[in-house]
Amino acid sequence: MTYAPSRNETRLVDGLLAGDEASFEHLVRMHHESMVRVAQIYVSSRAVAEEVAQEAWLGVLAGIGRFERRSSLKTWIFRILSNTAKTRAERERRTVPFSALQSPGLLQEPAVEPERFLDLEHPRHPGHWTAHPASWRELPEERLSGRETRKRIEDAIGALPAGQRAVISLRDVEGWSSEEVCNALGVSETNQRVLLHRARSKVRKALEQYLEPEGSS
Amino acid sequence: MELVTDYLEGALGDEERERFDVHLARCKGCRAYLDQMETTVRLLGRLPASALAPEAEQALLDAFRDWKTTSPAT
Repeated sequence: MTYAPSRNETRLVDGLLAGDEASFEHLVRMHHESMVRVAQIYVSSRAVAEEVAQEAWLGVLAGIGRFERRSSLKTWIFRILSNTAKTRAERERRTVPFSALQSPGLLQEPAVEPERFLDLEHPRHPGHWTAHPASWRELPEERLSGRETRKRIEDAIGALPAGQRAVISLRDVEGWSSEEVCNALGVSETNQRVLLHRARSKVRKALEQYLEPEGSS
Repeated sequence: MELVTDYLEGALGDEERERFDVHLARCKGCRAYLDQMETTVRLLGRLPASALAPEAEQALLDAFRDWKTTSPAT
């Protein structure tokens, strides 16, 4: 299956090759912040991640003359970014166990604690919820969109293991497609989904603890 | 509840999805849980996108100009 670049992408690449500053600026605005977020999977400090992203852009400029347009420009840029980040991480001896990205692990991580469900042997309600999760639709929208809520979400993301943090940041925060995420991180569709599931479950739980302090377990 | 993400991703087979839907219709707890997950995803998508710092942008533009003048192709 040959890759067919969009007209916009072709224009951007041509622009870069011609030394057009507006093309470069456009590209930077499109991707830089995502690149910092992805770099943070490998190097964890935001300041270092920023340096890595800057270094990656230099790599993009150095290599654009050889870019063969066989993959999307975005994929190519993020491949440079990942390589730059990994090299930097190794130099600083901060290796993330990349295996964490490959196989989410055989250990079962239930999304919801087992105590919230009635025993399967229960005479009348086997396996039912002991107490229903509350409906968040009742909550005022300002509460859900408030600054404190956003901070809780950011904290929850920051507390996630690297692989889960990567997937949820790219899929749900940055809005990438699952295909783009799998390409960027080098994981299978299934693994990506498992990581996403675990990440979302943890963020949901953090939100629940904040939004319903009395009700959560 | 482990199937929630597969469900939202459209990764369940037809039969599984149907069973999931049937269960949802009868179980208020699971409906609320699904709703919470959807709300979580929605809120994640609305996290403010960090703005590119002007110094960072300037540094990159400077690098671009350097590259332009030293690169043989342009």
